[in-house]
Amino acid sequence: MRRERAVRPTELRPLTENGHLEFEKPLLRIQHDIAALEVEQRQGGRDMSDEIKQQHARMVAKTKRLYSHLTAWETVLVARHPGRPQIRDHIDNFVQDFCELHGDRAFGDDRALITGFGRVGGHKVMIVGHNKGRDTRERIECNFGCAHPEGYRKALLKMKLAEKYKVPVVCMIDTQGAFPGIGSEERGISQAIAVNMFEMSRLRTPIVCVVIGEGGSGGALGIGVGDRIALFENSFYSVISAEGCAAILWKTHEQRQRAAEALRFTAKDLRKLDIIDDVIPEPLGGAHRAPGLASQALEQYLVDTLRDLKRPRVDTLLKRRYERFRNMGSFYDAPSEFGKSKARKPASSRAPLRRPLPASRHVASPDPA
Amino acid sequence: MMVQKRDIPAGIWDSCQECGHMVYQKEVEENLHCCPECGHHRRINARARIEQLVDPDSFEELYADLSPTDPLKFKDRIPYRERIKAVQRKTGERDAVVVGRAFIRGRAVILGAMNSDFIMASMGAVVGEKITRAIERAIEEDHPLVLVTASGGARMQEGMISLMQMAKTSAALAKLDEAGGLYIVVATDPTTAGVAASFASLGDVIVAEPGAMMGFAGPRVIANTIKQDLPDGFQTAEFMLKHGFVDRIVKRHDLRREIARIIDYSGK
Repeated sequence: MRRERAVRPTELRPLTENGHLEFEKPLLRIQHDIAALEVEQRQGGRDMSDEIKQQHARMVAKTKRLYSHLTAWETVLVARHPGRPQIRDHIDNFVQDFCELHGDRAFGDDRALITGFGRVGGHKVMIVGHNKGRDTRERIECNFGCAHPEGYRKALLKMKLAEKYKVPVVCMIDTQGAFPGIGSEERGISQAIAVNMFEMSRLRTPIVCVVIGEGGSGGALGIGVGDRIALFENSFYSVISAEGCAAILWKTHEQRQRAAEALRFTAKDLRKLDIIDDVIPEPLGGAHRAPGLASQALEQYLVDTLRDLKRPRVDTLLKRRYERFRNMGSFYDAPSEFGKSKARKPASSRAPLRRPLPASRHVASPDPA
Repeated sequence: MMVQKRDIPAGIWDSCQECGHMVYQKEVEENLHCCPECGHHRRINARARIEQLVDPDSFEELYADLSPTDPLKFKDRIPYRERIKAVQRKTGERDAVVVGRAFIRGRAVILGAMNSDFIMASMGAVVGEKITRAIERAIEEDHPLVLVTASGGARMQEGMISLMQMAKTSAALAKLDEAGGLYIVVATDPTTAGVAASFASLGDVIVAEPGAMMGFAGPRVIANTIKQDLPDGFQTAEFMLKHGFVDRIVKRHDLRREIARIIDYSGK
C-alpha cells in the first residue's frame, strides 16, 4: 500500500447531524467542541488558537484510531456512505475530456452502468463503471447502480471498441449487485455477466479494475476481470451481501455483523487471500470526508498502473491475466480425509496426464439407448 | 427429497411432487427418475446421472482426489469444516461435481455432472478447479465437453475465492472456444446464480431438462425487490427457451440421443 499524504483536519468535510455514521459519533462531539471554541474566540475576543489546535490534533488522532480498526460491518457502512465519491465524482475530478458513449445497440441505455472515452494523466482510456447516483432523482434514474443485462452488454461493446483502438480499459466497480428483477431475467442477466467474463479474459488491451465502493457479487464481477484488481481501503468485494449471507446461514438479518466478519471481504483480507493486487489508500476519515483527495489517490494509482501494463506485449499480458484467474482457489489434492493433507496450489499439483483411451473403445461400447 | 433413498425399503409408494399421483418408487427409478404419470423430472445425483448418460462401464473418473479446504475458517451456526465432513459422509463424495471421460453412444466426451445433494452443488474452489481441468482436458484431447449443471450458486463459505471460480471457468471456456472445441451444457434443476452466470450460460449448445429452474437471482429476492408477484413459469427452462437463452428442451430419455446428434453435427 502506498503511503497516504498527511491530511490537514481543515481539509475534511465536516460531519453533519444527519450524515454521520454511528461509530463517527465521538468525532462529531470533537467537532462540536471545536465549533464552540471558535464561537468563543469570535465573541469573547480571546485567543483560543492553542485550544483549537489541540482539539484538531485530538480529532486527527481519534479519526486515525477509529479508521484503523473498522469492523467489517463498519467498512460496509463507509463503502455505502452516500457522500462517498462515485464514478461521476472521479470523472469530474480527474478525467479530462470525458466523452460518454451510450447504449448497447440492441435494447437500450442502462444508466446504472456508464461508459465512455476519457484521458487519465495522459493515457487515453475507456471508462466503464457503475453509477449509483448522487441525489434522489439521479438514484432512481440509474436504479441505484444495479445494472440490467443491457448495461453489461453496453460495457462489453465499449470494451471491444477500446480493444479495437488499443485503448486500455478502466473499470470502476460500485454496485450492490446486478438488478434482481423480471426484466433482468427475461433479458438474460446470467448470460450477460458470463459473456463479459469470457470476453474480458481475452480482451487484447490492458484492463484495470478498481472497486471504488461496493463490490457486489456477480454484478461486480461482470466488469471485474482484468490485469489488476484493486480496492479502495474502505471498500469491500463480496460473494454475497452480509445481509443476504445472514439471512441464508443464520436465518436472520440480525446476524449481518457476524456474517460480515465471516465473509472476509475487506480490502485487507482480500489482499491477504491474494484475490486482489492492490489497496488504494483513502484520506483520513474515509473517502467521504475528502473526496478530492480520494480521487487524487485513484488517479495516481491508475496512471502508475496503466504505465506498467502498457509495457509488456499484449500476448504476455493475456497469458498473465489468464494465469492469475486460473490459479485462484485452494484445495486438497490427495486421497485423504478432509483437513488431513497439505493444501496445494493448483499449478504444482497437476496430476500427470494419462494417455487417451484407445480408439477401440469407440466401437467396443454397446449402445442400449 | 430430504429422505435418504437407502432409508426407504425398495418398492415403497411415493407421491409425485408435481402431479401428486402415488407412484411406485421402483417404477420411477426405472423411468430415469421421472414420474410415470406426469413426466416430472426429479433431481438425481451425479452418479445416477452419469450412469444414465454414458455407455455402460465407459466412465473413467478424473481428479477424484480434489477436496475442499477452509480458506476463511468460516463459521456460521456450524463451522464449514463440520458441514463439509457431514455432507461428505452423507453423500460419499468429496465435493459437488464429478468429472471424467466417457462415451455417449460411442462418442468420446469429457463429462461433468453436478451433485445437488452436496451443499446444493454450490461452487467453491474444488468445483471451479474440476470444471476448469475438465475444460483443459477437453482442449488437450480434442473431445467434446458435456457439463450437466445443477447448482444454487457460489459457495459463500469460501467467500471471494468461490466468486472467482466464475471468472476462472469462464476464462478457461474462452480457451476452449479458441481451440475450436465443442461445449454442450445440459441444464438441470436447479441451475442458478453463480453457476448460471458463468459456465452454464456459455455452452455452444445449451439444452435443458423440462421444468428445470434456471435463473440468476432467487425468486424470493426478486419478489421482495420489486414487490410484485412473479409470473407463472418464471425462471423455468421453458421461460429461458422463450426468451432465447436455451437452444432446446430435451427430456431425460432423449438426452443421449440429442447429445450424440449435436456432437455429430459439430464434426467432433
